[in-house]
Amino acid sequence: MLGKGIAKGLAETARNFFGSFVAEERLTTVQFPDERLIQPEATRVFPFLVYDGADSEMGLRCVACKICEVECPPKCIYIDKSAGKKPDYAGKQQFFPDKFDIDVSVCMSCQICVEVCPFDAIKMDTAFELSTDDRFAGLMWPKERLARSNSYYHSIHPAEATEVDAQLAEKKAKAEAKPVAGAAAAR
Amino acid sequence: MNSPFFILAALTIFGASAAMTLRNMVHCTLALSICFIGIAGLYLNLGAQFLGLAQVLVYVGAVVILIVFAILLTRSGELPSPRPSRAVYGIIVAAPTFGILAWAMLTGATVPVQPQAHIDQIGRVMMHHYLLPLEIVGLLLTAALIGAVVIAMEEKQSTK
Amino acid sequence: MTQAVDQVFVTLKHSAVFHSPTELQPAVSILLSIVPVLVVFPSLFAVTTILERKGLARIQNRYGPNRVGPFGFLQPLADGLKSLTKEDIVPASADKLVHFLAPLLLVMTAFLEYSILPIGRNMIVADLDSGVVFFFAVSAAMELSIFMAGWSSRNKYSLLGAMRAVAQMISYEAPLILSSVCVIMAAGSLSTVQIVEKQAGYSGIWPHWYVLTPWGFGGFALFMIAATAESNRSPFDLPEGESEIIAGYFTEYSGFKFALFFLGEYLGMFAITGLGITLFLGGWAAPFSFLTWVPSWIWFFAKLLVLIGVFIWIRGTLPRLRMDQLMNFAWKFMLPMALVVILSAGIWRFMPAGVLRWLVCAAPILAGYLFIGRILSGGQGLEKRIYRFAE
Repeated sequence: MLGKGIAKGLAETARNFFGSFVAEERLTTVQFPDERLIQPEATRVFPFLVYDGADSEMGLRCVACKICEVECPPKCIYIDKSAGKKPDYAGKQQFFPDKFDIDVSVCMSCQICVEVCPFDAIKMDTAFELSTDDRFAGLMWPKERLARSNSYYHSIHPAEATEVDAQLAEKKAKAEAKPVAGAAAAR
Repeated sequence: MNSPFFILAALTIFGASAAMTLRNMVHCTLALSICFIGIAGLYLNLGAQFLGLAQVLVYVGAVVILIVFAILLTRSGELPSPRPSRAVYGIIVAAPTFGILAWAMLTGATVPVQPQAHIDQIGRVMMHHYLLPLEIVGLLLTAALIGAVVIAMEEKQSTK
Repeated sequence: MTQAVDQVFVTLKHSAVFHSPTELQPAVSILLSIVPVLVVFPSLFAVTTILERKGLARIQNRYGPNRVGPFGFLQPLADGLKSLTKEDIVPASADKLVHFLAPLLLVMTAFLEYSILPIGRNMIVADLDSGVVFFFAVSAAMELSIFMAGWSSRNKYSLLGAMRAVAQMISYEAPLILSSVCVIMAAGSLSTVQIVEKQAGYSGIWPHWYVLTPWGFGGFALFMIAATAESNRSPFDLPEGESEIIAGYFTEYSGFKFALFFLGEYLGMFAITGLGITLFLGGWAAPFSFLTWVPSWIWFFAKLLVLIGVFIWIRGTLPRLRMDQLMNFAWKFMLPMALVVILSAGIWRFMPAGVLRWLVCAAPILAGYLFIGRILSGGQGLEKRIYRFAE
């Protein structure tokens, strides 16, 4: 009958109108920035460097192996290896980066640097409100800007961070057990 | 002959002369609509409410829009400027017409100041005394409507 | 007491006229009739813009504007300031005089349409004997202003939009006027005051509104659809939403002239809704006999707001009609239905009151609706669509 479709449409919009005052699913707006959506854990924006403990220089996990610099598709990572060495989480002496710059205006958030890093030193951050008024220098982030503590990593990616900590503890235990075993085998 | 009459008459004459002399055809049409509104005002001034409002409704609302559509759909653009030799023929036709109309108005019968033409009286008269002219006008309009539809249909078929 | 509140504006005006010097009395009387119209209806326009945006937003699962003022209700102030301070761009090849006059003519005719609407008991600007014809005459002049706007912009899209707008408006004038003819027949007068007074009685608690008769209901439905088309409102807003980027006949207008076009369009919508209320919904008469203590002007504005809400509801629901669908609807459906409604109104007048009169008058309208509707859809029903490549 002529007009039946219109009547059904009008009923639906009326239901939407009155429902928007009472039901959650009929008013789906999230008023950013006053309200925010909960981001899933695997959210990624730009990379950051993890350091253990409180000292961002001494606890930095990165050993300047330069694998991420080579693997980065847009080549936005610039690393300078240091001259001397410092002890890492397991006590072994490792190189460390003198300069570690990421050009975030080029970075495409592909996460390849995270996937190839053998030392769990570079991970993806979730902060996205990053406006700056300097197009070039403001978007070339140095090591100081990129270094964040392990507790920060726990706060943004808890499950991942716990897993990484477990793996690192296992490696540390194995490394400590080896000299003992070596000493025992040498005897 | 009170002051509203002079103002409305001036408006009507201004509109009509602008419609004659303007170059752009759409400007002429708009000036013609001013002329029609002036005529409607003259009717209202005489107390014929329904006639004045029907004048606006029919002339400004339908006839002017018809002219406008005709201009738009045929895209004639600017009028050619009138050559002086043609003005003589215009005067030859217009002057006797003006003379006859002026003689008829000045020597004709006078009209009462407040005609008693309420809408129900107009309706009654149309249905009793002027029934035949009403039906003939209706037939004429229907013929025009059917003619327009037939012409449009033929054009559509010829373009297919 | 209720009588005093009902007539408060009338008594205020009379005392103001009485206390002014004799030479100025006609001028004061005219001003005091006109200025409230000039103040009330643009403020209603401002309120309607924000109500419409919030209403449409709620229908579309979102908030409307809610930053300016409490719940966004001062948004019209922000919009007004914005349109006042924008640069007024006139195209170089545009017809300057006509381009300037078009919005003025639109707003002028829109305001003229309010002069014959009875807003309350004894509250009308001009009690003309043929008020209804005056309204239609002025709305015909409104169409001319839309054509002027489209033509003067020297833009082929504006011209196309203007042509379509004028074609739409003149096609829907025929059902509009014919559906008001049935009311004029029943009331026996063209004067809006008389039409409302004929509807102001009650039998029991039920009012004598014309919408509560079969021909009145059909006429009211036709009138409201034609009113939506006359004010270029969704779903008939093809002239102004044409491809949604090019705004049709007011493409080349910016700043305050654009705001004037919007004002003129909304005022036209209120005026034609007001006429519909006057003709069919009893004007300022209360809906039930026990509610007559509420002042008459409150009833008029309440009915106006309800109908504006219905317009907003329809706008949020229906998609836009195409030009040929629109014209088909006007000429092939609404015009025959309007004639059937007039027939039904005529039968109503000559039959004695009772159930038989209801049945005899409702039958042609229902039959017409069903059969013309069936013919219009060409006999094909709407089947469920099959998407070949989606499965």
